[in-house]
This record gives sequence, structure tokens and C-alpha cells, in this order.
Amino acid sequence: MKLDSMYQEIILDHYRNPLHRGLRDPFDAEVHHVNPTCGDEVTLRVKVSDGVVEDVSYESEGCSISQASASVMSDLVIGKKVDEALELEREFLALMQSRGTAEGNEDVLEDAVAFAGVSKYPARVKCALLSWMAWKDATAKAVDPAAATGAAPTPAGAPLDVPEQEKP
Amino acid sequence: MTLTESLVAGGTPGAAGFDVEQVRKDFPILARTVHDDLPLVYLDSAATSQKPLAVLDAERAYYELHNANVHRGIHVLAEEATGLYEATRDKVAAFIGATDRREVVFTKNSTEALNLVAYAMSNAETTGAEAQRFRIGPGDEIVITEMEHHSNLVPWQMLARRTGATLRWIGLTDDGRLNLDNLDAVITDRAKVVSMVHQSNILGTVNPVARIVARAREVGALTVLDGSQSVPHMPIDVAALGVDFLAFTGHKMCAPTGVGVLWGRHELLEVMPPFLGGGEMIEIVTMEGSTYAAPPHRFEAGTPMISQVVGLGAAVDYLTALGMPAIAEHEHAITGYALDALATVPATRIIGPPTDIDRGGAISFVLHDDAGRAIHPHDVGQLLDERGIAVRVGHHCARPVCLRFGVPATTRASFHLYTTTGEVDALVEGLHGVRRFFSR
Repeated sequence: MKLDSMYQEIILDHYRNPLHRGLRDPFDAEVHHVNPTCGDEVTLRVKVSDGVVEDVSYESEGCSISQASASVMSDLVIGKKVDEALELEREFLALMQSRGTAEGNEDVLEDAVAFAGVSKYPARVKCALLSWMAWKDATAKAVDPAAATGAAPTPAGAPLDVPEQEKP
Repeated sequence: MTLTESLVAGGTPGAAGFDVEQVRKDFPILARTVHDDLPLVYLDSAATSQKPLAVLDAERAYYELHNANVHRGIHVLAEEATGLYEATRDKVAAFIGATDRREVVFTKNSTEALNLVAYAMSNAETTGAEAQRFRIGPGDEIVITEMEHHSNLVPWQMLARRTGATLRWIGLTDDGRLNLDNLDAVITDRAKVVSMVHQSNILGTVNPVARIVARAREVGALTVLDGSQSVPHMPIDVAALGVDFLAFTGHKMCAPTGVGVLWGRHELLEVMPPFLGGGEMIEIVTMEGSTYAAPPHRFEAGTPMISQVVGLGAAVDYLTALGMPAIAEHEHAITGYALDALATVPATRIIGPPTDIDRGGAISFVLHDDAGRAIHPHDVGQLLDERGIAVRVGHHCARPVCLRFGVPATTRASFHLYTTTGEVDALVEGLHGVRRFFSR
């Protein structure tokens, strides 16, 4: 079935057995992001030490795509330098905005390339991006608490450049 | 215009003669396919209804033959356009049992109708003594229910914030009904306005309006009813309901988007301050100040949504010809059938009344996999869409209800006059498929 491109086995595995889940101490910043149209929510903590993402922990509620994405994202960025992790975020965002035209570089994005199929479903792109946006926001706050207060996320916590699909 | 000709030729309206297959022929979109060649199973009418040909024809005819601005100009087109616009006011009044056409105010939708009342109340502070009834301030209370759509919740939160009044609400029972045990304690003589939903968009519950209105009257509070999900589905008589205001929207009752209605008792509208200022709502304007037109025009500032109002008139004609009692009977039967059918899907939790008593055709539920783990509605909706089945997933603009029942979201199937038992069967088969997929 066509949906298999979205519901890759690797995504369903992360959904059933999420990695790094649960809120942990210590942390430098905590954020709460929601997707108001479908009720997905994530509370996410970041610990940064010497320019490296030391830990990402989270509690989240949502669909299989958003849950799996949080698992894949945290596994991918933990242990990376902040700059490298931010580069991954940009790469993942580009993949999600490709509307099914990009495959993603598996050497860089690893398990996250499994979400390439999700980009064909505009309504679901926000699900895949929720935890990434939360991580980016939390990391900005962790790295520079003063600067981050002036750059709060959108009220909805959703990226502005993703099309609004579902009318409340 | 002979808007109902095709309808009358196409079937015999009336409870006994209600023929859903015949009705479906009036809705071109129901014949389309999705995902290449799957028939469309549209179970999202609580979000918006589909439109019959008669409504589409009326809007097109308006633009092809009569388009002009209303209530101004003395040429032929202006008079025709005004005639069509005002004819809908008569039709809507008759449709809801209002005896006075001046009680029907056209708005953009239910949301705007409800905001109109809320803003009129805060504007009353700076209006003359005649608006006393609408004044609200610190110490006063606004009462709503826990099952309100955000459109009948947020405007009252905003009014409370603007005026210093307190917002209170009637809670829910576990089976999705209003908990009236402490009604007298929630609605006290401090209540200035009681606003509630007639039929819940998420739970399907039809509320006991009479009981709440009786209590509101005892304490002298204004009463507002959100009829967004009731007016399209059942016969409505504002006199029998006994409320002061009724808000509803066209697009859920086979009319175009962009038009809604606020009905209000004339003696109240007469002293109610305006919400939006502008052209058409005035009497005399000077640079120093203005006086306002009588209702309904006081509340219809600016060029209105003329073609949509004409479409609403055609929708009212269409529904009236079929007969609202027959439509209600059909939907009641479908709702009962669907509740029975959903009971055959293992571990499915209905969020809302489990029976078809005092309940409309919007059924929310949470599906679980074989391991008993909830399958998120977003995933359910996606897999159903793959089969051509359109349902709504999310919190349905009633997030407090989801919080009350401890779920992040629900899947909702909702019905209308054109829904068939075959479509319910397709839904149930689809849900079995979703369970299989996530139980792998």
C-alpha cells in the first residue's frame, strides 16, 4: 500500500520502542511545544557541555510519526557538537519540505531518512518536525539564555513555513 | 428562482419518503472518487457539510444575473440583489420559528455571531442606560459548559478579561453529559449571561436546554445557544427553546462558507450596542458622532456576504423541502446503527454518550491495538484516508473535553442527511484494518 512509504518499519520500531524517552536531570533548558491542530505535545530538555549536546530527554504525546521522530532525533543529536546537530536539523527540515522529491542522505541523517515518505503528506510534516523544533528552541536557550528569550518560538510552537492543513 | 424544482422532481420528501440514495444525487461531490478510483466516504459533516446543486446554482445565478451591492443604489440589479438578500432573512426566520424577521442578523459564521454578543456586552459600559441589561463587570459571572467549542469559550474568556467578570462552567459526567447536580450553585444571581452548546461537536450530546434556560431566567441572566451542530440536523423552534440568542453557521447546513446567523429577541437587539462599526449600520453620522440603525442592520456593518446569503436561502429551501423532521429521523437511525457497529470493533472507547438517546450524529472514539495501546487519531485518520474515508482527528476545537476525558485527541465520524449505512460499514471495516496495521 502507498502508505508504506510513510509508515516505514523503522519508524514503527522507534514508535513502539522509543529511545531516550523520559525527562532527565541535569539540563540547561526545557521547552514545551504543541501542535494545536492534532494535539501532539512534547516537553523536551537539553543539556549542553563544551559545545556538545550531552543529553536530550523528553516526554511526548502524539501520533506514531511524531513519537518516532522524537526518538530518532534525540538519538541522532546526542553526542554531536551543537553546530553539527543544527546542520542535521537544517538537513532534516529540507527533507521534510521536499514534498516527496528528496530521498535524504542516509550517511548524514541515518534513521531519519525513513521520514522522507512523510514529506509527501503535508498534514503530517508538522508531526515529524515537532520534536526537532522543540530541540532547536531548547538548544538556543541552553547555549545563550539571554538571546533566546528574545527569540521565542511561534505561539503555536509550529514552524511558520509549514502549511496549515487542518482547520480547528 | 425555482431553486427547489430539481429537488421536488427528484424525490418525495417526508419522513416516510426519505430516500437517501435520491438525496445523494443532489450532491455532485459525493459521486467523486479519491486516491485514483476509491469512492469517497465523507464522514466529516460536523466540520462542514457538502453542498447540493441547488445551492451552487443559486450562487452562480446570483452572480450571473443579479450581482449588485445591497441596500444602496436604485437600479434594477441593486433592487434584485437586495430582494434576494432580504428574502433569505425571511426564509431563515421561518426555518427557526422566529416570528419577526428583524431578529435575524447575518454574520460571517457562528464564531462571529457569538463574538458579536460578547463584544456588545463589553460595549454596553459606554452606551446609554437602555443597554443596562448587557452591562457586565467585576463580581458578575459568565456561565458556559465544559463541552463548548472554542468559539463559545474563548470569546467569553476574552469578555471576562476585558470586564473583570468571572467565567464559570457546568462540568461533564463520564458519559459525556452536562452534570446538572450543582446547577443552582454554578448559575447564581451573579450570572449575567449563560451560553451553551445545543449539540456538542465532539461528544454528540444534545443538551437539556429547557432546564438550564429555566435556571438562567430565575436569576435574570441572558441566554445564548450555540446551534452550529443542531440547526443543520433537527427542527428548531426558537420560541420553544426559550433562549435569548441563537448562533449558527451556514456551511454546516449545506450553505456556502462565509455566512452565519445570530438570532436574537427583538426587544434585546433593540437595546444591544453594536459590535462592528461602519457603513450600513448607522442612522445619522456627523464628524462628532453617530447614531445607529435599528436591528438587524445595526449589526451588519459593511458590505455583507451577499452571494453566500443567497446560497443560505437556497440551502434553507432545500432542507425545508426535504423536511427537517425526516432528516433528523434519518440521522438518528444512522447514529444508532453506527454506535452498534462501532461496538463490534474491539477495545474501542466512545467519548460521549454511548446510546442514541439525546445524541446527534457526531461520534468521537479512541481506537486501541491488540496490546491495548491507544492508536493515535492522527494515525487512524491517515489509514482511513487511504481507503477514501474522510473523518476528523484532533481535539475538534474542544480541547477541554479531551482534557476532561484524559485523551490527547479523538477520531470523529460525523453524519448528515446524505450518510448511508454502507458508509458506516466502510468505516468499521477500515477501523479493523487500522487495528491490524498497528497490531503487527
